[in-house]
Amino acid sequence: MKKQVITSRDVHLFYGDFEALTGIDLAFNEHEITAMIGPSGCGKSTYLRILNRMNDLIPNVKITGDIELEGKNIYAPDTDVVQLRKQVGMVFQQPNPFPFSIYDNVVYGLRLAGVKDRAQLDEAAETSLKAAAIWDEVKDKLHESALSLSGGQQQRVCIARVLAVRPEVILMDEPTSALDPISSTQIENMLLELRSQYTIILVTHNMHQASRISDKTAFFLQGRVVEFDDTKKMFLNPKEKETEDYLNGRFG
Amino acid sequence: MRRLFEDELNDLHARFSEMGMMVNEAIFNSVKAFVNHDKALAHTVIDNDYHINKREVDLEKRCFELIALQQPVTTDLRMIVTVMKASSDLERMGDHAVSIAKSTIRVKGETRVPAIEQVIAEMAAAVKTMVESVLDAYVKEDVLKARKIAEEDHGINAFSKDIYQRCIDEMTRDADTIVGSMDYMLVSSYLERIGDYVTNICEWILYLKTGKLLELNSNAKEDGF
Repeated sequence: MKKQVITSRDVHLFYGDFEALTGIDLAFNEHEITAMIGPSGCGKSTYLRILNRMNDLIPNVKITGDIELEGKNIYAPDTDVVQLRKQVGMVFQQPNPFPFSIYDNVVYGLRLAGVKDRAQLDEAAETSLKAAAIWDEVKDKLHESALSLSGGQQQRVCIARVLAVRPEVILMDEPTSALDPISSTQIENMLLELRSQYTIILVTHNMHQASRISDKTAFFLQGRVVEFDDTKKMFLNPKEKETEDYLNGRFG
Repeated sequence: MRRLFEDELNDLHARFSEMGMMVNEAIFNSVKAFVNHDKALAHTVIDNDYHINKREVDLEKRCFELIALQQPVTTDLRMIVTVMKASSDLERMGDHAVSIAKSTIRVKGETRVPAIEQVIAEMAAAVKTMVESVLDAYVKEDVLKARKIAEEDHGINAFSKDIYQRCIDEMTRDADTIVGSMDYMLVSSYLERIGDYVTNICEWILYLKTGKLLELNSNAKEDGF
Protein backbone atom coordinates (compact mmCIF):
# COMPACT_ATOMS: atom_id res chain seq x y z
CA MET A 1 0.00 0.00 0.00
CA LYS A 2 1.41 3.36 -1.04
CA LYS A 3 1.68 6.25 1.34
CA GLN A 4 -1.11 8.80 1.01
CA VAL A 5 0.34 12.32 0.88
CA ILE A 6 -2.87 14.31 0.63
CA THR A 7 -6.28 13.14 1.77
CA SER A 8 -9.55 15.00 1.55
CA ARG A 9 -12.79 14.01 3.21
CA ASP A 10 -16.20 15.44 2.52
CA VAL A 11 -14.89 18.67 1.05
CA HIS A 12 -17.55 21.24 0.16
CA LEU A 13 -16.86 24.61 -1.40
CA PHE A 14 -19.39 27.42 -1.66
CA TYR A 15 -19.15 30.57 -3.75
CA GLY A 16 -21.72 32.53 -1.77
CA ASP A 17 -24.83 30.33 -1.92
CA PHE A 18 -23.61 28.27 -4.83
CA GLU A 19 -22.18 24.91 -3.83
CA ALA A 20 -19.36 24.29 -6.35
CA LEU A 21 -18.02 21.15 -4.68
CA THR A 22 -20.47 18.80 -3.04
CA GLY A 23 -18.45 16.49 -0.82
CA ILE A 24 -15.16 15.36 -2.34
CA ASP A 25 -13.33 12.35 -0.92
CA LEU A 26 -10.00 11.78 -2.60
CA ALA A 27 -6.57 10.56 -1.55
CA PHE A 28 -3.35 11.05 -3.47
CA ASN A 29 -0.57 8.49 -3.30
CA GLU A 30 3.07 9.37 -3.01
CA HIS A 31 5.05 9.21 -6.27
CA GLU A 32 2.02 8.79 -8.44
CA ILE A 33 0.45 11.00 -11.09
CA THR A 34 -3.24 11.54 -10.44
CA ALA A 35 -5.26 13.12 -13.24
CA MET A 36 -8.51 14.98 -12.68
CA ILE A 37 -10.75 15.12 -15.73
CA GLY A 38 -14.23 16.39 -16.43
CA PRO A 39 -16.11 18.99 -18.45
CA SER A 40 -15.64 22.73 -17.90
CA GLY A 41 -17.21 23.96 -14.69
CA CYS A 42 -17.19 20.52 -13.05
CA GLY A 43 -15.06 21.77 -10.16
CA LYS A 44 -11.74 20.07 -10.90
CA SER A 45 -9.67 23.28 -10.97
CA THR A 46 -11.54 24.65 -7.95
CA TYR A 47 -10.68 21.48 -6.09
CA LEU A 48 -7.03 21.63 -7.20
CA ARG A 49 -6.73 25.19 -5.88
CA ILE A 50 -8.03 24.06 -2.50
CA LEU A 51 -4.98 21.84 -2.09
CA ASN A 52 -2.59 24.75 -1.62
CA ARG A 53 -5.16 27.29 -0.46
CA MET A 54 -5.27 29.34 -3.63
CA ASN A 55 -8.94 30.11 -3.00
CA ASP A 56 -8.16 32.02 0.21
CA LEU A 57 -8.17 35.39 -1.50
CA ILE A 58 -11.44 34.90 -3.37
CA PRO A 59 -14.25 36.71 -1.52
CA ASN A 60 -17.33 34.81 -0.35
CA VAL A 61 -15.67 31.42 -0.55
CA LYS A 62 -16.45 28.94 2.19
CA ILE A 63 -14.72 25.60 2.44
CA THR A 64 -15.74 22.78 4.77
CA GLY A 65 -14.36 19.28 5.29
CA ASP A 66 -10.89 17.91 6.02
CA ILE A 67 -7.86 18.33 3.81
CA GLU A 68 -4.72 16.87 5.24
CA LEU A 69 -1.16 17.02 4.01
CA GLU A 70 0.94 14.33 5.69
CA GLY A 71 -1.78 14.00 8.31
CA LYS A 72 -1.95 17.71 9.12
CA ASN A 73 -5.03 19.80 8.40
CA ILE A 74 -3.94 22.52 5.95
CA TYR A 75 -6.89 24.73 6.91
CA ALA A 76 -5.98 24.70 10.60
CA PRO A 77 -5.55 28.25 11.98
CA ASP A 78 -1.84 27.72 12.69
CA THR A 79 -1.00 26.68 9.11
CA ASP A 80 1.83 28.69 7.54
CA VAL A 81 0.47 29.20 4.02
CA VAL A 82 3.88 30.16 2.58
CA GLN A 83 5.34 26.95 3.97
CA LEU A 84 2.35 25.01 2.60
CA ARG A 85 2.91 26.42 -0.88
CA LYS A 86 6.56 25.41 -0.67
CA GLN A 87 5.47 21.86 0.02
CA VAL A 88 2.66 21.96 -2.53
CA GLY A 89 3.77 23.83 -5.65
CA MET A 90 1.53 24.94 -8.50
CA VAL A 91 2.01 25.16 -12.27
CA PHE A 92 -0.61 27.05 -14.24
CA GLN A 93 -2.21 26.72 -17.65
CA GLN A 94 -0.45 29.73 -19.18
CA PRO A 95 3.31 29.80 -18.69
CA ASN A 96 3.85 32.71 -16.31
CA PRO A 97 7.57 33.43 -16.04
CA PHE A 98 8.53 36.63 -14.23
CA PRO A 99 10.12 39.29 -16.44
CA PHE A 100 13.58 38.36 -15.19
CA SER A 101 16.36 36.16 -16.48
CA ILE A 102 15.85 32.40 -16.66
CA TYR A 103 18.24 32.00 -13.73
CA ASP A 104 16.46 34.54 -11.57
CA ASN A 105 13.13 32.92 -12.31
CA VAL A 106 14.30 29.52 -11.15
CA VAL A 107 15.96 30.68 -7.93
CA TYR A 108 13.18 33.16 -7.09
CA GLY A 109 11.61 30.97 -4.42
CA LEU A 110 14.95 30.25 -2.79
CA ARG A 111 15.90 33.93 -2.64
CA LEU A 112 12.50 34.66 -1.13
CA ALA A 113 13.34 32.08 1.52
CA GLY A 114 16.56 33.97 2.26
CA VAL A 115 19.11 31.81 0.45
CA LYS A 116 22.05 34.01 -0.60
CA ASP A 117 24.87 31.53 -1.12
CA ARG A 118 25.75 31.74 -4.81
CA ALA A 119 26.98 28.16 -5.08
CA GLN A 120 23.78 26.86 -3.54
CA LEU A 121 21.64 28.92 -5.91
CA ASP A 122 23.71 27.82 -8.94
CA GLU A 123 23.38 24.21 -7.94
CA ALA A 124 19.62 24.50 -7.40
CA ALA A 125 19.16 26.25 -10.76
CA GLU A 126 21.06 23.55 -12.62
CA THR A 127 19.39 20.63 -10.83
CA SER A 128 15.90 22.07 -11.29
CA LEU A 129 16.38 22.96 -14.94
CA LYS A 130 17.76 19.48 -15.58
CA ALA A 131 14.81 17.84 -13.81
CA ALA A 132 12.45 19.99 -15.88
CA ALA A 133 14.21 18.72 -19.04
CA ILE A 134 15.16 22.20 -20.24
CA TRP A 135 18.79 22.51 -19.07
CA ASP A 136 20.37 21.63 -22.42
CA GLU A 137 18.27 24.24 -24.20
CA VAL A 138 19.01 27.12 -21.82
CA LYS A 139 22.36 26.39 -20.16
CA ASP A 140 24.18 28.88 -22.42
CA LYS A 141 21.69 31.69 -21.90
CA LEU A 142 20.72 31.48 -18.25
CA HIS A 143 20.96 35.23 -17.89
CA GLU A 144 18.72 36.07 -20.83
CA SER A 145 15.10 36.96 -20.21
CA ALA A 146 12.77 34.03 -19.64
CA LEU A 147 10.27 35.86 -21.83
CA SER A 148 12.52 35.26 -24.86
CA LEU A 149 11.78 31.52 -24.72
CA SER A 150 9.03 29.65 -26.55
CA GLY A 151 5.80 28.80 -24.71
CA GLY A 152 6.86 25.19 -24.14
CA GLN A 153 10.27 26.28 -22.84
CA GLN A 154 8.69 28.93 -20.59
CA GLN A 155 6.41 26.31 -19.10
CA ARG A 156 9.36 24.05 -18.31
CA VAL A 157 11.20 26.99 -16.72
CA CYS A 158 8.08 27.58 -14.59
CA ILE A 159 8.16 23.92 -13.58
CA ALA A 160 11.87 24.28 -12.73
CA ARG A 161 10.93 27.28 -10.57
CA VAL A 162 8.51 25.07 -8.64
CA LEU A 163 11.04 22.23 -8.35
CA ALA A 164 13.75 24.56 -6.99
CA VAL A 165 11.98 24.90 -3.64
CA ARG A 166 11.80 21.09 -3.39
CA PRO A 167 8.08 20.58 -2.98
CA GLU A 168 6.55 17.24 -2.12
CA VAL A 169 3.48 17.73 -4.26
CA ILE A 170 3.16 19.49 -7.61
CA LEU A 171 -0.27 20.71 -8.66
CA MET A 172 -0.75 21.33 -12.35
CA ASP A 173 -3.72 23.11 -13.86
CA GLU A 174 -3.83 22.12 -17.53
CA PRO A 175 -0.08 22.62 -17.92
CA THR A 176 0.00 21.77 -21.64
CA SER A 177 -3.24 23.21 -22.95
CA ALA A 178 -1.48 26.33 -24.26
CA LEU A 179 1.29 24.32 -25.89
CA ASP A 180 1.79 22.56 -29.24
CA PRO A 181 1.85 18.72 -29.36
CA ILE A 182 5.66 18.48 -29.37
CA SER A 183 6.05 20.72 -26.30
CA SER A 184 3.20 18.81 -24.64
CA THR A 185 4.95 15.51 -25.25
CA GLN A 186 8.16 16.90 -23.75
CA ILE A 187 6.26 17.96 -20.66
CA GLU A 188 4.50 14.60 -20.43
CA ASN A 189 7.84 12.77 -20.66
CA MET A 190 9.24 15.07 -18.02
CA LEU A 191 6.33 14.36 -15.67
CA LEU A 192 6.91 10.63 -16.06
CA GLU A 193 10.53 11.22 -14.99
CA LEU A 194 9.53 13.45 -12.07
CA ARG A 195 7.05 10.90 -10.77
CA SER A 196 9.75 8.92 -8.96
CA GLN A 197 10.43 11.92 -6.69
CA TYR A 198 7.21 13.90 -6.52
CA THR A 199 3.52 13.41 -6.10
CA ILE A 200 1.81 15.02 -9.07
CA ILE A 201 -1.82 16.09 -9.30
CA LEU A 202 -2.86 17.18 -12.75
CA VAL A 203 -6.03 18.81 -14.02
CA THR A 204 -6.46 18.22 -17.71
CA HIS A 205 -9.13 18.75 -20.33
CA ASN A 206 -7.31 16.27 -22.47
CA MET A 207 -8.47 12.85 -21.40
CA HIS A 208 -5.89 11.24 -23.68
CA GLN A 209 -3.21 12.98 -21.69
CA ALA A 210 -4.72 11.54 -18.53
CA SER A 211 -4.72 8.05 -20.03
CA ARG A 212 -1.15 8.33 -21.28
CA ILE A 213 0.62 9.46 -18.15
CA SER A 214 -1.49 9.11 -15.02
CA ASP A 215 -1.60 6.26 -12.53
CA LYS A 216 -5.01 7.21 -11.18
CA THR A 217 -7.83 9.26 -12.61
CA ALA A 218 -10.68 11.11 -10.92
CA PHE A 219 -13.69 11.99 -13.06
CA PHE A 220 -15.49 15.14 -11.88
CA LEU A 221 -19.01 16.11 -12.88
CA GLN A 222 -21.07 18.96 -11.49
CA GLY A 223 -19.08 19.37 -8.33
CA ARG A 224 -18.73 15.73 -7.38
CA VAL A 225 -16.36 12.86 -8.11
CA VAL A 226 -18.24 10.32 -10.17
CA GLU A 227 -15.41 7.82 -10.22
CA PHE A 228 -11.86 7.56 -8.90
CA ASP A 229 -9.78 4.54 -9.85
CA ASP A 230 -6.61 3.24 -11.50
CA THR A 231 -6.36 4.91 -14.90
CA LYS A 232 -6.05 1.51 -16.57
CA LYS A 233 -9.29 0.32 -15.02
CA MET A 234 -11.11 3.52 -15.74
CA PHE A 235 -10.18 3.69 -19.40
CA LEU A 236 -10.75 0.00 -20.11
CA ASN A 237 -13.76 -0.70 -17.97
CA PRO A 238 -15.20 2.15 -15.91
CA LYS A 239 -17.73 1.32 -13.22
CA GLU A 240 -20.09 4.22 -13.84
CA LYS A 241 -22.11 4.85 -16.96
CA GLU A 242 -21.50 8.61 -16.67
CA THR A 243 -17.74 7.98 -16.85
CA GLU A 244 -18.14 5.68 -19.82
CA ASP A 245 -20.26 8.23 -21.68
CA TYR A 246 -17.77 11.03 -21.01
CA LEU A 247 -14.74 8.97 -22.06
CA ASN A 248 -16.55 7.91 -25.24
CA GLY A 249 -17.43 11.48 -26.04
CA ARG A 250 -21.18 10.98 -25.54
CA PHE A 251 -22.18 14.07 -23.63
CA GLY A 252 -25.44 15.55 -22.59
CA MET B 1 8.93 10.46 -28.76
CA ARG B 2 6.58 9.04 -26.16
CA ARG B 3 9.08 7.19 -24.05
CA LEU B 4 6.72 5.12 -21.95
CA PHE B 5 4.79 4.01 -25.03
CA GLU B 6 8.00 3.10 -26.87
CA ASP B 7 9.14 1.01 -23.91
CA GLU B 8 5.84 -0.81 -23.75
CA LEU B 9 5.84 -1.45 -27.48
CA ASN B 10 9.34 -2.91 -27.29
CA ASP B 11 8.25 -5.05 -24.40
CA LEU B 12 5.28 -6.26 -26.44
CA HIS B 13 7.65 -7.21 -29.28
CA ALA B 14 9.94 -9.10 -26.97
CA ARG B 15 7.07 -11.01 -25.38
CA PHE B 16 5.60 -11.88 -28.76
CA SER B 17 8.95 -13.19 -30.03
CA GLU B 18 9.31 -15.20 -26.85
CA MET B 19 5.87 -16.71 -27.41
CA GLY B 20 7.02 -17.62 -30.94
CA MET B 21 9.97 -19.49 -29.46
CA MET B 22 7.71 -21.30 -26.98
CA VAL B 23 5.46 -22.43 -29.84
CA ASN B 24 8.42 -23.45 -31.96
CA GLU B 25 9.72 -25.58 -29.12
CA ALA B 26 6.29 -27.16 -28.65
CA ILE B 27 6.12 -28.09 -32.33
CA PHE B 28 9.67 -29.44 -32.31
CA ASN B 29 9.06 -31.53 -29.19
CA SER B 30 5.68 -32.82 -30.33
CA VAL B 31 7.15 -34.17 -33.55
CA LYS B 32 10.23 -35.49 -31.79
CA ALA B 33 7.92 -37.31 -29.35
CA PHE B 34 5.85 -38.68 -32.22
CA VAL B 35 8.82 -39.97 -34.22
CA ASN B 36 10.62 -41.39 -31.16
CA HIS B 37 7.40 -42.80 -29.64
CA ASP B 38 8.18 -40.78 -26.52
CA LYS B 39 5.03 -40.55 -24.40
CA ALA B 40 6.73 -38.60 -21.59
CA LEU B 41 7.84 -35.83 -23.94
CA ALA B 42 4.32 -35.75 -25.43
CA HIS B 43 2.91 -35.15 -21.97
CA THR B 44 5.38 -32.31 -21.45
CA VAL B 45 4.13 -30.63 -24.64
CA ILE B 46 0.52 -30.92 -23.45
CA ASP B 47 1.37 -29.55 -19.99
CA ASN B 48 3.37 -26.62 -21.36
CA ASP B 49 0.57 -25.47 -23.64
CA TYR B 50 -0.88 -23.75 -20.60
CA HIS B 51 2.01 -21.28 -20.69
CA ILE B 52 1.44 -20.53 -24.36
CA ASN B 53 -2.26 -19.85 -23.79
CA LYS B 54 -1.45 -17.68 -20.83
CA ARG B 55 1.03 -15.69 -22.87
CA GLU B 56 -1.56 -15.08 -25.58
CA VAL B 57 -4.03 -13.72 -23.00
CA ASP B 58 -1.28 -11.56 -21.53
CA LEU B 59 -0.37 -10.13 -24.95
CA GLU B 60 -4.02 -9.40 -25.73
CA LYS B 61 -4.44 -7.62 -22.45
CA ARG B 62 -1.37 -5.49 -23.08
CA CYS B 63 -2.60 -4.65 -26.58
CA PHE B 64 -6.03 -3.58 -25.26
CA GLU B 65 -4.33 -1.38 -22.68
CA LEU B 66 -2.02 0.23 -25.22
CA ILE B 67 -4.95 0.98 -27.53
CA ALA B 68 -7.13 2.36 -24.74
CA LEU B 69 -4.46 4.38 -22.96
CA GLN B 70 -2.07 5.49 -25.71
CA GLN B 71 -4.36 6.00 -28.73
CA PRO B 72 -1.83 4.65 -31.24
CA VAL B 73 -2.22 5.53 -34.93
CA THR B 74 -0.53 4.55 -38.24
CA THR B 75 2.47 2.21 -37.82
CA ASP B 76 2.10 2.02 -34.05
CA LEU B 77 -1.50 0.90 -34.38
CA ARG B 78 -0.62 -1.64 -37.07
CA MET B 79 2.12 -3.03 -34.86
CA ILE B 80 -0.32 -3.63 -32.03
CA VAL B 81 -2.94 -5.15 -34.34
CA THR B 82 -0.23 -7.39 -35.81
CA VAL B 83 0.76 -8.69 -32.39
CA MET B 84 -2.89 -9.30 -31.47
CA LYS B 85 -3.68 -11.21 -34.64
CA ALA B 86 -0.37 -13.04 -34.99
CA SER B 87 -0.37 -14.12 -31.35
CA SER B 88 -3.69 -15.87 -31.86
CA ASP B 89 -2.16 -17.62 -34.90
CA LEU B 90 0.76 -18.70 -32.72
CA GLU B 91 -1.63 -19.95 -30.08
CA ARG B 92 -3.44 -22.10 -32.66
CA MET B 93 -0.09 -23.49 -33.79
CA GLY B 94 0.55 -24.48 -30.19
CA ASP B 95 -2.81 -26.25 -30.10
CA HIS B 96 -1.81 -28.29 -33.14
CA ALA B 97 1.41 -29.28 -31.37
CA VAL B 98 -0.79 -30.54 -28.53
CA SER B 99 -2.87 -32.54 -31.03
CA ILE B 100 0.32 -34.14 -32.36
CA ALA B 101 1.33 -34.96 -28.79
CA LYS B 102 -2.07 -36.56 -28.19
CA SER B 103 -1.62 -38.67 -31.33
CA THR B 104 1.71 -39.86 -29.95
CA ILE B 105 0.01 -41.08 -26.78
CA ARG B 106 -2.86 -42.67 -28.68
CA VAL B 107 -0.79 -44.43 -31.34
CA LYS B 108 1.70 -46.06 -29.00
CA GLY B 109 1.53 -49.84 -29.33
CA GLU B 110 -0.10 -49.82 -32.76
CA THR B 111 1.61 -51.20 -35.85
CA ARG B 112 3.98 -48.54 -37.18
CA VAL B 113 5.23 -47.81 -40.68
CA PRO B 114 8.82 -46.48 -40.42
CA ALA B 115 8.89 -45.20 -44.02
CA ILE B 116 5.89 -42.90 -43.40
CA GLU B 117 7.29 -41.78 -40.08
CA GLN B 118 10.44 -40.83 -41.92
CA VAL B 119 8.44 -38.58 -44.29
CA ILE B 120 6.59 -37.05 -41.31
CA ALA B 121 9.94 -36.25 -39.69
CA GLU B 122 11.07 -34.54 -42.90
CA MET B 123 7.83 -32.61 -43.13
CA ALA B 124 8.18 -31.56 -39.50
CA ALA B 125 11.74 -30.38 -40.10
CA ALA B 126 10.51 -28.23 -43.00
CA VAL B 127 7.68 -26.77 -40.87
CA LYS B 128 10.09 -26.03 -38.04
CA THR B 129 12.35 -24.14 -40.43
CA MET B 130 9.34 -22.14 -41.64
CA VAL B 131 8.32 -21.24 -38.08
CA GLU B 132 11.85 -20.14 -37.22
CA SER B 133 12.13 -18.11 -40.40
CA VAL B 134 8.81 -16.35 -39.87
CA LEU B 135 9.81 -15.30 -36.35
CA ASP B 136 13.04 -13.92 -37.76
CA ALA B 137 11.15 -12.11 -40.54
CA TYR B 138 8.80 -10.63 -37.93
CA VAL B 139 11.65 -9.31 -35.81
CA LYS B 140 13.35 -7.82 -38.87
CA GLU B 141 10.03 -6.74 -40.43
CA ASP B 142 11.35 -8.33 -43.61
CA VAL B 143 8.57 -8.29 -46.22
CA LEU B 144 10.58 -10.06 -48.92
CA LYS B 145 11.42 -12.89 -46.57
CA ALA B 146 7.77 -13.11 -45.47
CA ARG B 147 6.66 -13.54 -49.08
CA LYS B 148 9.32 -16.20 -49.65
CA ILE B 149 8.29 -18.14 -46.52
CA ALA B 150 4.67 -18.14 -47.66
CA GLU B 151 5.84 -19.69 -50.94
CA GLU B 152 7.46 -22.53 -48.98
CA ASP B 153 4.01 -23.54 -47.77
CA HIS B 154 3.49 -25.20 -51.16
CA GLY B 155 6.28 -27.64 -50.25
CA ILE B 156 4.51 -28.45 -46.98
CA ASN B 157 1.31 -29.18 -48.85
CA ALA B 158 3.25 -31.53 -51.15
CA PHE B 159 4.41 -33.46 -48.07
CA SER B 160 0.77 -33.79 -46.98
CA LYS B 161 -0.20 -35.19 -50.34
CA ASP B 162 2.66 -37.66 -50.26
CA ILE B 163 1.85 -38.86 -46.75
CA TYR B 164 -1.83 -39.21 -47.60
CA GLN B 165 -1.05 -41.41 -50.60
CA ARG B 166 1.43 -43.52 -48.64
CA CYS B 167 -1.12 -44.07 -45.87
CA ILE B 168 -3.82 -45.17 -48.33
CA ASP B 169 -1.38 -47.58 -49.96
CA GLU B 170 -0.26 -48.96 -46.61
CA MET B 171 -3.81 -49.40 -45.29
CA THR B 172 -4.80 -51.19 -48.50
CA ARG B 173 -1.79 -53.49 -48.22
CA ASP B 174 -2.03 -54.30 -44.51
CA ALA B 175 -5.15 -53.69 -42.41
CA ASP B 176 -3.05 -53.76 -39.19
CA THR B 177 -1.64 -50.36 -40.09
CA ILE B 178 -5.06 -48.67 -40.32
CA VAL B 179 -5.12 -47.25 -36.78
CA GLY B 180 -1.55 -46.02 -37.00
CA SER B 181 -2.02 -44.62 -40.50
CA MET B 182 -5.08 -42.67 -39.45
CA ASP B 183 -2.88 -40.88 -36.95
CA TYR B 184 -0.16 -40.34 -39.56
CA MET B 185 -2.73 -38.56 -41.68
CA LEU B 186 -3.90 -36.53 -38.72
CA VAL B 187 -0.37 -35.51 -37.74
CA SER B 188 0.37 -34.56 -41.32
CA SER B 189 -2.74 -32.40 -41.45
CA TYR B 190 -1.78 -30.71 -38.15
CA LEU B 191 1.63 -29.89 -39.60
CA GLU B 192 -0.01 -28.66 -42.77
CA ARG B 193 -2.26 -26.35 -40.70
CA ILE B 194 0.76 -25.04 -38.82
CA GLY B 195 2.21 -24.12 -42.23
CA ASP B 196 -1.01 -22.23 -43.00
CA TYR B 197 -0.72 -20.26 -39.75
CA VAL B 198 2.86 -19.40 -40.66
CA THR B 199 1.45 -18.01 -43.91
CA ASN B 200 -1.02 -15.94 -41.87
CA ILE B 201 1.83 -14.45 -39.88
CA CYS B 202 3.60 -13.64 -43.17
CA GLU B 203 0.47 -11.73 -44.16
CA TRP B 204 0.59 -9.79 -40.89
CA ILE B 205 4.23 -8.86 -41.50
CA LEU B 206 3.17 -7.46 -44.88
CA TYR B 207 0.34 -5.57 -43.23
CA LEU B 208 2.68 -4.18 -40.61
CA LYS B 209 5.06 -2.80 -43.22
CA THR B 210 2.67 -1.80 -46.00
CA GLY B 211 -0.74 -1.36 -44.38
CA LYS B 212 -2.21 -3.72 -46.98
CA LEU B 213 -4.23 -6.79 -46.12
CA LEU B 214 -3.21 -9.45 -48.65
CA GLU B 215 -4.00 -13.14 -48.93
CA LEU B 216 -0.71 -14.84 -49.75
CA ASN B 217 -1.95 -18.37 -50.43
CA SER B 218 -5.66 -18.30 -50.97
CA ASN B 219 -7.54 -21.54 -50.37
CA ALA B 220 -9.09 -21.48 -53.82
CA LYS B 221 -5.64 -21.71 -55.37
CA GLU B 222 -4.36 -24.27 -52.88
CA ASP B 223 -2.26 -27.15 -54.06
CA GLY B 224 -5.09 -29.45 -55.05
CA PHE B 225 -5.24 -31.25 -51.73
